[in-house]
Amino acid sequence: MAVKLPIFMDYHSTTPVDPRVLEEMTPYFTLKFGNAASRNHRFGWEAEEAVAIARERVARLIGARDPKEIVFTSGATESDNVALKGVAEFYRDKGNHLITATTEHKAILDTCKRLEKEGYEVTYLPVAADGRVDPDDVKKAIRPTTILVSIMLANNEIGTVQPIREIGKITRERGVLLHSDAVQGLGKVDFDVEEMNVDLVSITAHKMYGPKGQGALYVRRSKPRVRLVAQIDGGGHERGMRSGTLAVPLIVGLGKAADLMVQEGKAEGVRILGLRERLRSRIMNRLDEVYLNGSLEHRLPGNLNLSFSFVEGEGLMMAIKDVAVSSGSACTSASLEPSYVLRALGVGDELAHSSIRFGLGRFTTEEEVDFVADLVTEKVKRLRDLSPLWEMHQDGVDLKSVAWAAH
Amino acid sequence: MAYSNKVIDHYESPRNVGTLDKGDPGVGTGLVGAPACGDVMRLQIKVNSDGVIEDAKFKTFGCGSAIASSSLATEWIKGKTIDQAETIKNSQIVEELSLPPVKIHCSVLAEDAIKAAIADYRKKQADRLRAVPLVAERKA
Repeated sequence: MAVKLPIFMDYHSTTPVDPRVLEEMTPYFTLKFGNAASRNHRFGWEAEEAVAIARERVARLIGARDPKEIVFTSGATESDNVALKGVAEFYRDKGNHLITATTEHKAILDTCKRLEKEGYEVTYLPVAADGRVDPDDVKKAIRPTTILVSIMLANNEIGTVQPIREIGKITRERGVLLHSDAVQGLGKVDFDVEEMNVDLVSITAHKMYGPKGQGALYVRRSKPRVRLVAQIDGGGHERGMRSGTLAVPLIVGLGKAADLMVQEGKAEGVRILGLRERLRSRIMNRLDEVYLNGSLEHRLPGNLNLSFSFVEGEGLMMAIKDVAVSSGSACTSASLEPSYVLRALGVGDELAHSSIRFGLGRFTTEEEVDFVADLVTEKVKRLRDLSPLWEMHQDGVDLKSVAWAAH
Repeated sequence: MAYSNKVIDHYESPRNVGTLDKGDPGVGTGLVGAPACGDVMRLQIKVNSDGVIEDAKFKTFGCGSAIASSSLATEWIKGKTIDQAETIKNSQIVEELSLPPVKIHCSVLAEDAIKAAIADYRKKQADRLRAVPLVAERKA
């Protein structure tokens, strides 16, 4: 059977809404359109009930004891902002120090930069060559003034899963709060706020087959009770932590998406991992000088980030234009800088420019994987025939010994 | 980002890909860019005794626009004298390929590659001229 083009292999950027999710959402746009805050009529009650069910489902996905600990937001960027700024502001008297890592998402890093401007101090922990934070580094970085540690569950570029359990042990022992941006890992790798001692969690629907524009923040209510200063003021929705009319259809979608992850996430992970490994071996067995970025062991099942030496990432993306992937190459970003995540791993700029991220997900098929593996292999060979660096490499020239003119 | 049809055409069927013999005194080689910056172009010219570029070859590591810029450059300089080829400006490449602002550096690199190849050719010629009398003296 011929595969249908284009092929979507960029599941870290977003995911399609699962038809089962959409089905549950639909009535809440037209028939059950009430405001969940309307306490005095049936339309409101209906909406409120739907929100309550969604809240429970999201709580279950992360192992939260109390659905009240779930605060609905517009997405993980907002959740990250509220978690960091809200906690920093509330605990200002206790301290002004935060700890995070260099490979975090921009929603964390740029929020930290903002906090630094406002007088807070931030430690950016380095990561090992496999992208993991060393829990010992967290321990050493904690000061008497540290109020919050923020480490993501899994990285969006290289899929590296962080040792949250180990870090949670340390932060709990030292009485420091732990936040985790968990968007890439939820439902895909083990995660439980109680077992792992996580105090705040950023969640988004669109990375797990739910709608764009809906997120949540888990805020622990006991042992310890986490307090934060709301960043959006208004009608006092969401226990005062996030004002604004609840987007009921989207929340229903997030709830259903979370529920599907609880039901199917494990089995789905096994299937996707099988496909990922099929893609990896089919490419790496047929091409030399291909490098895996990140950890093989501690990795999201659907993530494959490869550097194809002597081939530039954007050039390769153009060659496989019927396949949607993403690259750490500078050329794909406005900044003209290669991926800061790959840099943090110690991957050289030349290999960062040669990187491609394949993201596999719920609707990826074996036929697609085989098609992509064949296409990538063929196109990398073609581009290498076009590459002066490949020719020099074949002639035994050490590219590091060449005096390149940086431009 | 959407590529122009001309970029796609050059990218999919690049003209004059290949390698000329560096040892040939009539061949000039320009190697510009850096792997760490994400693009490297090697452009070679073969110049005949009339100073005309009778062949040009390139290989490029880079994005589609970089490959297209160097492909176009080889097409343009073939049949021109080295003096004519030297006058090619990156802005002409930008215009021909409809490159967006973020891709202007690709055209700059192509212009640099032409200039570097010509400079290499001229240096080789100068070295030869200097070398010839030495040989003659020794014979005398």
